[in-house]
Amino acid sequence: MDVDSNQGRMGAYLRDHQDKVVSRWTELVVAGLRGRSSAAEVRRELEDLYSLVIRAMSGADVQAAGELRAALAELSRSRARNGFTPSETALAIFALKDAVYELVADTTDLMPEYLAFSRTIDDLGLHTFETYATAREQVIADQAASMLELTTPVIRLWDGIIAVPLVGTLDSVRTQLVMEKLLETLVATGAEHAVLDITGVPTVDTEVAQHLLKTVSAVRLVGAECIISGIRPQVAQTIVALGIEFGDIATKASLADALAHALSRTGHKIGTA
Amino acid sequence: MEELPIRTGNDVVRVRQQVRAVAAESGLSLVDQTKLVTAASELARNALVHGGGGMARVDVVTSGAGKPGVRIGFTDDGPGIADVDQALTDGWTSGGGLGLGLSGARRLVDEFELNSKPGSGTSVVVVKWSR
Ligand SMILES: Nc1ncnc2c1ncn2[C@@H]1O[C@H](COP(=O)(O)OP(=O)(O)OP(=O)(O)O)[C@@H](O)[C@H]1O
Ligand SMILES: [Mg+2]
Repeated sequence: MDVDSNQGRMGAYLRDHQDKVVSRWTELVVAGLRGRSSAAEVRRELEDLYSLVIRAMSGADVQAAGELRAALAELSRSRARNGFTPSETALAIFALKDAVYELVADTTDLMPEYLAFSRTIDDLGLHTFETYATAREQVIADQAASMLELTTPVIRLWDGIIAVPLVGTLDSVRTQLVMEKLLETLVATGAEHAVLDITGVPTVDTEVAQHLLKTVSAVRLVGAECIISGIRPQVAQTIVALGIEFGDIATKASLADALAHALSRTGHKIGTA
Repeated sequence: MEELPIRTGNDVVRVRQQVRAVAAESGLSLVDQTKLVTAASELARNALVHGGGGMARVDVVTSGAGKPGVRIGFTDDGPGIADVDQALTDGWTSGGGLGLGLSGARRLVDEFELNSKPGSGTSVVVVKWSR
């Protein structure tokens, strides 16, 4: 008996017992998801998959196998995005084996067909795992990217004065992002003063210094002036020992000092509280 | 005590974090912690950028007078440094940098030992003592 005819008989069997198998399959999957999806929701998902399994199993339908894989990939991706574990995700497909086995166990003459079916499901299960892993990696990459966005806001401090509070590691990717957002805002608002606040940058080494110097030069090219603020005492001492020179760039201990400095340059006067 | 690989930019961040934790635990002042972490950042990045990757090793040590300190060793199997004096000159860079990492790191620590020969990699060991 070759695999194809095994699959054909299994396909027919699955079609004849559709309601029983899907009900049991749904039960098993719902139990494994610990109440995070309703039975009706799961049943709808599984019914779609089931009709694809039948079509794929009946052998004749070449497209069905591809559609089944695509449907499973979609299911894995949505499970990965919604925080389901890999085993909870793979359960959706592996539980079909149990559901079918419980029925087939009584009709011993279907055993060879069941084994072939079981191998196919194992294959699909692995496929589910792989898609799940890829989807999770994508989720993590997206989160990292949005963190990057989140941690580089450009804030309007005053008329003509904007600030960028830098937090964390200032590598070249971050610097590029900060520079683009900063220059865009400067040009869009016509602001003439930009404050780069490094209170949240734990280490200022030659790499960070170079990135700051580059940003300052770019800001000057669009006709604005930069002030670097948030230089804590221990960082100031380290910068001096390292030999980094900020030249004629205004540097201030705090964001408040930087704002006062920029205001006095724009002709505003503020009193001290 | 801790061997850390230096193969990516993230590894340099990890070295900094490890040095900061050990330096704080050993009772270094905030200024000395910051100086040591910055020196470590320079030397780790040199191992990565110029040495093609390497290792860092962070140890807690005790001076002859019984004072605690932190010692960090960096090693790489890169091309090595042909002219060490030139490399240690403020502002000298073989390309693109400020040329302050190596000379600056030496000023940031209490002990600094550099061993390098062309073709046989580079090793730098630094120590910062608590005051
Ligand atoms: N581990 C190393 N292996 C090989 N060459 C090195 C190594 N460390 C430093 N050098 C050489 O010494 C030069 C000076 O190093 P230094 O760290 O002072 O400057 P830099 O790395 O070029 O720039 P930066 O100021 O950004 O650190 C480097 O340009 C490089 O040619
Ligand atoms: Mg360097």
